[in-house]
Amino acid sequence: MVDRIKIVIVDYGIGNIKSVATSFSQLGYNAEISNCEKDIKSSDAVVLPGVGAFAEAVSKLKENNLFDVCRQVVLEDKKPFLGICLGMQLIAETSEEGERNNSYTSDGLALFPGKVTRIPVTSEFRLPHIGWNNITIKITEPFLNNVQGDGCFYFVHSYHLECEEKYIAATVNYGGIEVVAAVQKDNIFATQFHPEKSQLNGLRLLRRFTEFVEQSQ
Amino acid sequence: MLKTRVIGCLVIKNNLVVQSIGFKKYLPIGKPEIAVEYLCKWDVDEIVIIDIDATKECRCFDLETLSIISKNCRVPLTVGGGIKSIDDIYTIIRNGADKVCINNAAYQNIDFIKQASSIYGAQCIVVSIDVKRSGEGEYYVYTNNGKDSISKKPEEWAKKLEEFGAGEILLNSIDRDGSKKGFDIEIIKKVSSTVNIPVIALGGAGKFSDFAIGVLEGGASAIAASNIFHFVEHATIIAKSHLTLSDIDVRHESVAQYDHHTFDSNGRLLKLKTLDTQELQFDRFEKEVI
Repeated sequence: MVDRIKIVIVDYGIGNIKSVATSFSQLGYNAEISNCEKDIKSSDAVVLPGVGAFAEAVSKLKENNLFDVCRQVVLEDKKPFLGICLGMQLIAETSEEGERNNSYTSDGLALFPGKVTRIPVTSEFRLPHIGWNNITIKITEPFLNNVQGDGCFYFVHSYHLECEEKYIAATVNYGGIEVVAAVQKDNIFATQFHPEKSQLNGLRLLRRFTEFVEQSQ
Repeated sequence: MLKTRVIGCLVIKNNLVVQSIGFKKYLPIGKPEIAVEYLCKWDVDEIVIIDIDATKECRCFDLETLSIISKNCRVPLTVGGGIKSIDDIYTIIRNGADKVCINNAAYQNIDFIKQASSIYGAQCIVVSIDVKRSGEGEYYVYTNNGKDSISKKPEEWAKKLEEFGAGEILLNSIDRDGSKKGFDIEIIKKVSSTVNIPVIALGGAGKFSDFAIGVLEGGASAIAASNIFHFVEHATIIAKSHLTLSDIDVRHESVAQYDHHTFDSNGRLLKLKTLDTQELQFDRFEKEVI
């Protein structure tokens, strides 16, 4: 294990954090799982993993006093940030995920200009969007320049992020709708798919992220 | 385009992977971590692992085993067996699962599904439904590892689960379990046309060519199988090649592919003709260092 850089996986109590940590360890990094403010502030890079419902995740982040810490390290300290699945949606300003047929919105971390809405597919397409799907890459450098084959990644979500075109790093087609698959802005990179569960292409992407972190030292 | 998933289902009994036949007979296969490792190498899209003793023994999936499995599992892992509380889901996810599979607890208290889904999101909650066909040709839902019948129709029960926030239905046919007779198309069709969440068909795959029928005729979003994947080298890759031959879009990642091979009437791989082997070109693949 090399410890040139300190990667902290934010543990807010409901994410599938272990898979993410395992993937980093396969690449030779000892990613630390933590919900402690001190660890996150002293890290070189922050990873916010997925699995969970939006509102619940926000309230867990607040409960553990991680909400403001995340905002600070990403917006002020400009630490490299990787959001995965729900972690990508959490960086948005608002989300409409909550009780079904209930028109309420909850506020996210607002690290990124965008909002989360339910994927507006027609009834012949099932939700959640679950499975392997091939992405269309819009911004190759630095994260998506080593995606091989037809670029399949594992998706599992019912909501998607809507944001300005210039931040979209990759899209995926589901039910004729171009769903945002990855976004990129300054020190922020986030994916709707799960690189930690996407076999080799996922590892290749995570390798690019660790290289990015090393370069920004 | 979204690929059709081929899911490897591992049934655990006494901490061993077993082949299950009609929910009654069990043949031991081996250690779960070895099965997971091979399935992952052979392009499987997901793995579902269920401990069938857990509910009976009032416990959850063995956490030590789960930790070992999840370390080498680079595809999504769904874990089932004995899950009945939010705390159980928490522990299972913490130890490396990506989704949980719930069966008995859903019948006992359907609000549990609602609660779980509002905390973990619908995408994390898979509910399995075990069905059996009665003499009159009606289908009914069974619980307790196929022992007790509850007077519910599978499609109505699936619809209710969807309303309560289930993210996927794992539809298992008790009659077809280990029978090698192929998937029960009738019930797959009934359930998948009733709900708008993905339906995973399980039970009965006897030939690799059965997989395509489950998708094309049954309308399943994903195809799961268990016994057929044991004892055959590259089993999941061969299953995917059959799907490709039926024009179903699947994910191929491995270098090994069988789309251009021929199969016998049982869907087994045929030996290449001598002429073909002479023309084979051997490519050297360097191990990629990521």
